[in-house]
Amino acid sequence: MKVCPTQAIRVRNGKAEVMPERCIDCGECYRVCPVHAFRIGEDDLSDIIQFPVKVALLPAVFTGQFPDDISTDRIYQAIHQLGFSHVHEVEQSVDFLKEKTLQYQISDDESPHISSFCPAIVRLIQIRFPSLTDNIIRLRVPHDLTAELIKNNFIKEGYKDSEIGIFYITPCAAKIAAVKSPVGEDKSVINGVINMDSLYNKVMALIKKEDKTSSAQHRTHLGANAITWSLTNGESKHAHGRALAIDGIKNVSEFLEKIENEEITDVDFLELRACDESCAGGILCTSNRFLTAERLQKRARKSELANRDSDLTGENNPEATRFLEQKMTLEHIEPRPIRLDIEIGTALKKIERIRELMCFLPGFDCGACGAPDCRALAEDIVQKKANVSDCVFMQHNNLLDREHAQRIIYKIWGEEALNKDCSKKGAKNEGN
Amino acid sequence: MHLKYKIQGGNFSKAGFASSEVKKILRQLSIDPKTIKRLVVALYEGEVNIVAHAYNGLITVDIDTEKVTVTLKDNGPGIPDIDKAMEQGYSTASAAVREMGFGAGMGLPNMKKNTDEMTIKSVVNEGTEVIFINYI
Repeated sequence: MKVCPTQAIRVRNGKAEVMPERCIDCGECYRVCPVHAFRIGEDDLSDIIQFPVKVALLPAVFTGQFPDDISTDRIYQAIHQLGFSHVHEVEQSVDFLKEKTLQYQISDDESPHISSFCPAIVRLIQIRFPSLTDNIIRLRVPHDLTAELIKNNFIKEGYKDSEIGIFYITPCAAKIAAVKSPVGEDKSVINGVINMDSLYNKVMALIKKEDKTSSAQHRTHLGANAITWSLTNGESKHAHGRALAIDGIKNVSEFLEKIENEEITDVDFLELRACDESCAGGILCTSNRFLTAERLQKRARKSELANRDSDLTGENNPEATRFLEQKMTLEHIEPRPIRLDIEIGTALKKIERIRELMCFLPGFDCGACGAPDCRALAEDIVQKKANVSDCVFMQHNNLLDREHAQRIIYKIWGEEALNKDCSKKGAKNEGN
Repeated sequence: MHLKYKIQGGNFSKAGFASSEVKKILRQLSIDPKTIKRLVVALYEGEVNIVAHAYNGLITVDIDTEKVTVTLKDNGPGIPDIDKAMEQGYSTASAAVREMGFGAGMGLPNMKKNTDEMTIKSVVNEGTEVIFINYI
């Protein structure tokens, strides 16, 4: 409840409720919830059967999840064994994207340019920094561009659109939301999403079971830039001018606050990622983020020595470049600020009332009322979603009788909330 | 609605506090983000002016359904030549202030650019009062 950067969570009837209009799908709540209350919906792996062409669209961070003695080839092979007919890595379109970003920086004058890469950041800007939505680079992200390209290649081979199933293996919740309800485009080109942790478990089980090493079919290779693209500094090191890479949603919020006030003006490019260590720190990653980043750096160095390039775009593939140029642009990104009221006079009165209430609420931000802090409770009261008596300290002041006070607490935290429970986090039978 | 913020001269680490607070409030009203941005940029410039030049100051912000009126009043050295201070690149900031990245002589012209109406009154060795209005 308290970690949510947009204060989207309230506890009601013993459950955490998420306000969809505020949620940016960053997954911070998933990371910390003591009772694992948040689930991340994914598509079923068996859904792939209906498609003759079954493509696993794999972010490079997936290959960084495994110990050093498991080769990328072996990982590819295991994914084939699970039923996918083709495996493609997401970052195959970054050579193209890198060039287009540089061109965009020159042609567009809304400086600083903010990368559209992290979907949680795009949503954070829409909600908390709405005046900066025009600064977001309106170019689609690597997984969409690569999916478009793969689909097009199969169509050229004679397949119908409906025969091609592209399944994205996601390191985070934000990318699922980006596929299911995209910003700046009508419908995603991707057919389904598989969570990275569940695919990891399946791949690992196969690798543990049979220890054979053989080279995989349809192996694609990535260049060093592509392998490190989703890591911190992966994009910013290629940008024009003064480019900064910031990871972690708190750090990003702090920085954007200063950009919005024009306290900071002389920055040209911003790579902003919600997770610490960027996608290596995605909430569905299994391995430690620092180890993942290190493995990908190692893989990038190897690729550099082998002088490899991405297969799909780049100088050798002008046709792919021409095709993607038709597909690369995002539509307008709407600001979505949280407002107290559509009518400005009413909104003003509500703010005054909130400020008045704050004179009385204790300011301890204990969260017992089910709101993340006293200010959020005050707002809920003004919006008629909560009562002053939800605050335990106000109950005391207003001389509420014991039973009444208890009823309120039950209503917020559920009837069992105050019962003895030794299996809760930190208690003596934790985990049972 | 009436908001009031005390500003301490010389405390650069706190410069920007009033602007951020006002921004948070304006954001919750149904005001166009671009309008908010102009106002906040002007307010931040004004806030930094007080921090950089004056001993102390007071910012008051009045919001109604049509406009935001901001008054920035300080006890400070005052501005001897207001017309000159309005020229881009003219600055009386000390070397120490410039070293911190402030005092490029863009403050007042940038404020004016981001406001709908702006008036300056100043008495040397007493202080300065800037009033600006932005329509929302």
